[in-house]
This record gives sequence, structure tokens and C-alpha cells, in this order.
Amino acid sequence: MPEGRFPPTRGSVLEAARSGRPEERARALETLAAAYWRPVYVTLRLKWRRGHEEACDLAQSFFAHVFEAKLLDRFDPSRGRLRTYLRSCLDALVANEAKAASRVKRGGGAALASLDVEAMRREADAASAAGVPSPEELFTREWVRGVFAAAVHRVRESLAAEAKEAWFELFRRYDLERDDSSVPSYADLAEELGMKETDVTNRLAAVRRRFREATLAVLRELTATDEEFRREARALLGAEPP
Amino acid sequence: MTLGDAAVSRLRALFAAPDTAGTRYRVVGPLGAGGMATVWEADDTVLARRVALKILDAADATPERIERLLAEARVLASLEHPGIVPVHDAGLLPDGRAFCAMKKVEGESLSAAAARLPSAAARLRVFLRICETVAFAHARGVLHRDLKPSNVMIGPFGEVLVVDWGLAAGAEEAKAGGTVAGTPGYMAPEQARGEPVDARADVFSLGVLLKDLLSADGVRPDRRLAAVVAKATAPDHAARYLDVTALAADVTRALDGEAVSALPEGPFARGARLLRRHRVAVLLVLAYLLVRGFILLFR
Repeated sequence: MPEGRFPPTRGSVLEAARSGRPEERARALETLAAAYWRPVYVTLRLKWRRGHEEACDLAQSFFAHVFEAKLLDRFDPSRGRLRTYLRSCLDALVANEAKAASRVKRGGGAALASLDVEAMRREADAASAAGVPSPEELFTREWVRGVFAAAVHRVRESLAAEAKEAWFELFRRYDLERDDSSVPSYADLAEELGMKETDVTNRLAAVRRRFREATLAVLRELTATDEEFRREARALLGAEPP
Repeated sequence: MTLGDAAVSRLRALFAAPDTAGTRYRVVGPLGAGGMATVWEADDTVLARRVALKILDAADATPERIERLLAEARVLASLEHPGIVPVHDAGLLPDGRAFCAMKKVEGESLSAAAARLPSAAARLRVFLRICETVAFAHARGVLHRDLKPSNVMIGPFGEVLVVDWGLAAGAEEAKAGGTVAGTPGYMAPEQARGEPVDARADVFSLGVLLKDLLSADGVRPDRRLAAVVAKATAPDHAARYLDVTALAADVTRALDGEAVSALPEGPFARGARLLRRHRVAVLLVLAYLLVRGFILLFR
């Protein structure tokens, strides 16, 4: 059995959002924004053709709106996926932008702080110049990236809490930021990071395991039912079309 | 941290292969994929032998499906029969996926092998072996519920193995009904409607499988075998064979040129069948009588 390195699986963001406890609602907002900030931002940039600043403002307004208007309470898992529902909520919000513009910018700020907004901006600019896929593909692609990024963030935090930053560095170098044209060998990494080669193998395997656990934990929190989790996991992991 | 497309691809790939670190198994590569699990070829490093690991896909690692795979392993472990792949081990991998370690069988599925079997009689003999295995499982209180050519393996030495017991259920569970699972075209109507099922649901699937085998060479089957298929696949389960043994007995009779219960014979049909079956003896008697007649006539 996997070790209990992470806190026990938290409930779905839908339950947390409905909770009367402010800390639970804040946690739901943070989890939702961590996974969806990116698809929301990129959709605003590329589908709705908004500039960087405006897309950031609208994205924050969107997450605030989701909670203030209790949109998650209206989500019915028997009628579709949360991902599809949120996308349609976003489209509705943008279509009704006059109202949205009057809203105070708030919500999703915590997740925004952990995102590399400038990098997103550069990527969105580049994608805009290159032509964009369909809005659905775009949203899904960025949702996958958002869920993985949220999981990576959790792994980094959990390793930092155990003073294992070097383990994360290994994962970052080998799996996240590797240049595929010159893949470093485990021996190279061992020398560079001052580890034994067997440590590289074992630690990389351990961090990857944490990453897999974290990804599925994030996805569990972002889905309402086992069936939705299964469908979303298959889409996320590329086992079937999204 | 922003993840580039290459990083996303690499992270996705981390979920494809199972994590067997710290276990006795070393994965060699995938053998085949099903609806919610993939079968991997692996080395059992303790016993130094090659095994097949059926492992739940990461996306399907829900508690319900984990229990389903482990239940399948328990079903297989309870069925020791030459026609059923033996299970060696089952449990959870370090990444939380359920697995079932089985003997790695060589060979090909019946759907691929049927057309190469040399004759209709050879195909019927394979069918009877399948029936023996299924009847054994029924005798142990287990229904397969997904019998079809792709779930039968033919080994290099002619072994006939019934595989993929993923939908298998105990008789009590099957009686409860409520779940629709199986393969359209092979599933009995009551199974497709989610109603309670019994051994006659497997009889239906075997009837469809028999029809496939009989039509593998494009030759129309004789009336008796066509009647056996019709009885096995009757939409109303009350009109089918009561059990697999009764179905197999009729197929054996047809193979031996005898009358089948599915096709009651009138006196003419019975006479014609006996004539066909004993034509050499009948011809000899006729020849004898003819010679005797000539002798009497010209004496």
C-alpha cells in the first residue's frame, strides 16, 4: 500500500464549497483555482481574445463569481463533468461581461501567486500567433497542465516539509525540465547533485510515486463521483479522448 | 512552475507503466489491454519465471474496481481446472493499483484460431472443451457472464483455456441482478436487461459462440446443430438448455451422428438418419439380399 505521505484524501471541492466553514471554502477555492486558473486564463486569451491584464482580472472575477453565486451547488454530476460545467460558466460570464466588469477583483489570488503568470502570458502570446485549437481542446489541454501543475506543487511542498528539496530537484531536472535532445544519465545527475547513482534511481522513483498519488488526489477533489473521477482520469492520462 | 508540452507528455507517461518497485515483479512490457485493465508481461524475480500481470489502469483505480479485480483473482483461485489459467498472486502495487499475477499463457484467441481449425468436427471438439470448463465453474457456483471467442485461448499444444473472468459472479450475486455487463451480441437478453441470471445466461453465450464456430468455414451447419444453436440461444431462458452439460451432450450427439434433444425426429427422419449413419452396413445387407435374390431367381 502507498505510504501515508500526504494528508488523508480530502473531500471533493464541491462538498468543501458548500461547507459553512470559511477555511473549507478557502481550500476549495484554492484547489479549484490551482487546476483551473490556467485553462480559464488561456481560454480568455485565445478564445475570447482578451489582453493579458484583462484576462487575469476576468479569471479572478470568474473564481469569485463561482463561489459568490454558488455555481458549484448547481452542478449536477449526472448531467456531465465539472470541467465542462465550469467552461460553460466561464463562457456565460464573459458573454455577460458588463456585469462581470463591475465586480471587485478577488478570488483565486492564492493560486495565482503560485502560477508563473508571465510564462503563461508568453505561451498564450505564442499560441495566439500560431493559431489555436478548438475551444474545447484548448480548455482540456490547459486543464491537464493545470492538474499536473497542482500535483507538482503539492509534491514540492511535501518534500520541502521533509527537507528533501534535493529530491524534488532531481524530479525537476529529469522529468519536468529535461532537454530531450540531451537526456542526462543517472550517473551525470548523481555527480551533479552529489548523490550516489542508486540514490538517483530510488529517489526519482519515490518522487514519481508521490506525483502519481498527488495527481489522483487532486483529481478526486475536482470530481464529484467515482464515475466522473474515472472518466476524467482517463482523459487526463490520455487513455481515451477527452 | 509552468509545465511545457514535453513535460506534460513525460508526466502522462509516468502513469502508463505500473509501479512495481519493491515487489517481486519486474515489468517487461504490455501484452494486451482490456476495458479497465492492462495485462503486462513480467518476471517474477523470486521464482524466476515469466508471468502475466493483470493490472488495473491508473484511471480506473477506484475502490469499486480494485475490489472487482481482486474478486476476479479470488474467483480464479477457487477454480483449479486445466481450462482455467491459474492465478499465483494478487494485491495492490505501491502505486495503489490492484494486480493479479497469473500464469503466462502462449497461444491465440479462438476468434483468430477458429478459421484455421481443420474441420467442423475439430471446432466442435474445441467447443466441448469450453463447455467442460464452464460446466466446472458452474458446479463451483461461478458464472462467467462474458463468454465469446476472444475470451477463449488456444494454446500451442491444443490447450483450450477460458480467460477473462472479470465479470464472473457467484450464483447468489448473479441472482440479484441489477448490473448490465457483458458483450452485446453474446449477452443473454435477461443479462442485457440487468435482470437476475443463472447458468442459462452462459448457455446463451455458448450458443452464440457455437454459431460462430459452425460458420467459421462458411458452410451451412446441418439441421441438428442449427437446432442446438437455436435452443441454446432462445430469447426466453426457459426454452434453453437447463445447463451447459445438457448443451454439450447434444453437441456430442450431433458429432456422433445421433439424434439431438433440440430436434425431435419423426419416423422418416429417424429412418433417414439411421440409413445415413449405417449406410455401409445397409449397403452390404442390400448387396447380400440382391445376390441371394439372383441365386433364387436363376437356380
